Amino acid sequence: MEFFRIKKDYPFMRHALVFNVISLLTFLLAVFFLATRGLNLSVEFTGGTVLEVTYAEAQPLEPLREALAADGYTDTLVQNFGSARDIMIRLPNKEGADSNGLAERVMGTLQKASAQQPELRRVEFVGPQVGKELASDGAMALLLVIFGIVVYLAMRFEWRLGVATIIANLHDVVIILGFFAFFQWEFSLAVLAATLAVLGYSVNESVVVFDRVRETFRKKRNMSTPEVLNHAITSTISRTVITHGSTQMMVLSMLLFGGETLHYFAMALTIGICFGIYSSVLVASPLAMWLGVSREQFIKVKKEKEEAVV
Amino acid sequence: MNRYPLWKNLLIGLILLWGLIYTLPNFYGEVPAVQVSSAKATVKLDPAAATDRVANALREAGIDSQGIFSDATSVRARFAGTDEQIRAKDAIERALNPDPQDPGYVVALNLLPASPSWLTAIHALPMYLGLDLRGGVHFLLQVDMPGALTKRLDSLSGDLRTVLRDKNVRHAGINREGESVHIRFRSEAERDAARSAIQASTADLQLANRDDGAGDFRLVATLTPQALQTMRDFAIKQNIGTLHNRINELGVAEPVIQQQGAERIVVQLPGVQDVAKAKDILGRTATLEVRMVDDTPGALEQAMAGNVPFGTELYTERGGLPLLVKKQVVLTGDRLTDAQPGFDGQTHEPAVHLTLDAAGARIFRDLTRENVGKRMAILLIEKGKGEVVTAPVIRTEIGGGRVQISGRMSTTEATDVALLLRAGSLAAPMEIIEERTVGPSLGADNISKGFHSTLWGFIAIAVFMCIYYALFGLVSTISLAANLLLLVALLSLLQATLTLPGIAAMALTLGMAIDANVLINERIREELRNGSSPQAAIAAGYDRAFGTILDSNVTSLIAGIALLVFGSGPVRGFAVVHCLGLLTSMFSAILVSRMLINGIYGRRRKIDKLSIGQVWKPGN
Repeated sequence: MEFFRIKKDYPFMRHALVFNVISLLTFLLAVFFLATRGLNLSVEFTGGTVLEVTYAEAQPLEPLREALAADGYTDTLVQNFGSARDIMIRLPNKEGADSNGLAERVMGTLQKASAQQPELRRVEFVGPQVGKELASDGAMALLLVIFGIVVYLAMRFEWRLGVATIIANLHDVVIILGFFAFFQWEFSLAVLAATLAVLGYSVNESVVVFDRVRETFRKKRNMSTPEVLNHAITSTISRTVITHGSTQMMVLSMLLFGGETLHYFAMALTIGICFGIYSSVLVASPLAMWLGVSREQFIKVKKEKEEAVV
Repeated sequence: MNRYPLWKNLLIGLILLWGLIYTLPNFYGEVPAVQVSSAKATVKLDPAAATDRVANALREAGIDSQGIFSDATSVRARFAGTDEQIRAKDAIERALNPDPQDPGYVVALNLLPASPSWLTAIHALPMYLGLDLRGGVHFLLQVDMPGALTKRLDSLSGDLRTVLRDKNVRHAGINREGESVHIRFRSEAERDAARSAIQASTADLQLANRDDGAGDFRLVATLTPQALQTMRDFAIKQNIGTLHNRINELGVAEPVIQQQGAERIVVQLPGVQDVAKAKDILGRTATLEVRMVDDTPGALEQAMAGNVPFGTELYTERGGLPLLVKKQVVLTGDRLTDAQPGFDGQTHEPAVHLTLDAAGARIFRDLTRENVGKRMAILLIEKGKGEVVTAPVIRTEIGGGRVQISGRMSTTEATDVALLLRAGSLAAPMEIIEERTVGPSLGADNISKGFHSTLWGFIAIAVFMCIYYALFGLVSTISLAANLLLLVALLSLLQATLTLPGIAAMALTLGMAIDANVLINERIREELRNGSSPQAAIAAGYDRAFGTILDSNVTSLIAGIALLVFGSGPVRGFAVVHCLGLLTSMFSAILVSRMLINGIYGRRRKIDKLSIGQVWKPGN
């Protein structure tokens, strides 16, 4: 079996402008949603208390909401979590309110609110100090990744390729965030981890292509830069699709079997992988071309030894 | 050219064997066990003696155990079933704690890994499961450092007052203002005298002059950065020590009590569901009291006979001797600023050095002056019950707040006493800033979800690879399995905590690791397409793909390390597995698969065709 039967290099670079415009539009759209809707941050970032309870049979949410409101819990979020039997209750942190024993008190309210007895599955309380740090740590991690990758690629290849790669992949990250903002999916620490993992992962993709670019520049002297890029992309496209397909199979399995906890993690990965293919192949390469990558940068200039002649 | 030398094959084989051995413990599951640990902060468990007592108790009750193990702080016995476990718990409880009102040991039900002893002997243990997988409580406690600093500065102001009075230096007031202590003087000369007096007495303070208008000369004292650092470390260590003692009492199997960052402590109690009780124990305050011993002749005998004289209480010393202590408290632990083990300056015997603050020092001087030759007792009061930490004889009057307790002590005893004295009260108050409770059913669910995701993903990849790349696909699948094996072995060996994000990272790593094999296989096909001979295609495929695999793994590793450095909680769990997985995948994808391919094709002279699926050529 062979999926890709390619006779000639496909002229990807001829459509470079189109690809870049598409990217720019999606990017701007993502930024727009991030700015207008914002991320639905999980309790890990915002601080607060989350309770997860499960009932033996499906439990309507309305009586629980009323009972909680009657007992003075305002701004609570009560929603189903995975199934009609599993319910998640989210309470914000309040100035001056005693968070100690909050979970026990809420459970007391729930027990009175319905004929069924809830089983407590999980409680999470995050104080207000922690959230801010997590956000700044996340930003620091992102910076470190960007810096590390640019430096590594600049050393191994060429700074133009490093910059092109990182721009292409940051655009993936922004698009993932844009999806989370648009659908108001919960953005948790696990999703943050997935996002950064995607960054490392899609860089892989660009590296594979650029590795070919370097090799082609060295081997084929008569090819122009766009031709070299076309050749590199064409000859790695089979590997690109198969690798991402395999990874996606794993991620899909997480999406199907991983339950609610892994759901958004797998979702972030799925978006990341799809856009990762697109961006690292069809965005990074044109960017490298605009930045003026050329053969001379890859061919080591041999210094001739000049010795004194008598 | 496609042959590995024997040593290389052997080495890879050995590494895989190692992986297999260290992965094994994860398959044995757990057996019921009973854990015995000390219930009192002042009583240390002697593992050898306790093991004997547990063994005797079991023998008398006629219960067979499957081995009794001990470590420095606890003794654990394994049993075949939960029936034996519960009967054994009762038997041990009766034998070790004759007085249920005052238990000396905590006897708790527990689970122990069921792996055979030869595996345990080589430290092959099952992976350490995080709370989200096994259920339990997690707390993140923030130590109130500003509070500790204020406390320290307040006691320092008192000390400075004493120093200046002793040296006859006049001052116009000592106050703490924010994070510094201000001392006012009426003249420059007084200030200079004070400066030299303070510098002679302590090295912990930085002194600066400040003049606010005429006639107001000030000396601003702040803690030196070193002193500040020592104070922070001390506060954290002391709080951790205290938490350890208290948590032991819960009888939790493997509590985690770790420092996180400069000012935080993580406490994880696997299997604990009663959050309220856990919080109660963490937040409890213990106090230290100094009282005098009643050594009226005959009083002790009377008390032993059950007739405790009025105003006294009967305690038992660490050595087991009875001790009659007066109820009146002369000094409390608040006055104690430090307790360190050390040695007596003259006799070189082990000793405990105590430092009292200024007020404490004055009280102590008066106390010792009036009671030379008598005994005092230092008691640790917890839950309204007291324990005698030590009961030394007062030899001379002690002034200056530096107290030394020595004699009849071993070095370890001195260390223990110092620790207990410090543990008397938490150095700084703590606040719970994060709390997570995971029910046991959720933990079990998470394990099965994580396991199924990985399993089905793996199967899907394996099936696809075998169809698409035929024999080479099979080899890739085997090396992917080897990757999983090594990753689990490494995680078990390092005893890194496996969490649900960790399992997700494992799945993701496998999904990404196949990339290396795809690269290699695609390269080999390409070489074949370009007309290389099969043997040359294998060699060129592996060689050329290597650079690409290295580059792509390094970039992924950069992202992984960034997560490891800046991540906390679930992110860190993810990052650890992700980074380790990248390392093992390099090994398995390149070396293991090459070894297999070499084994299959390397010895043959002539190969017509490689089983790598269809290789389509543009010409056909």
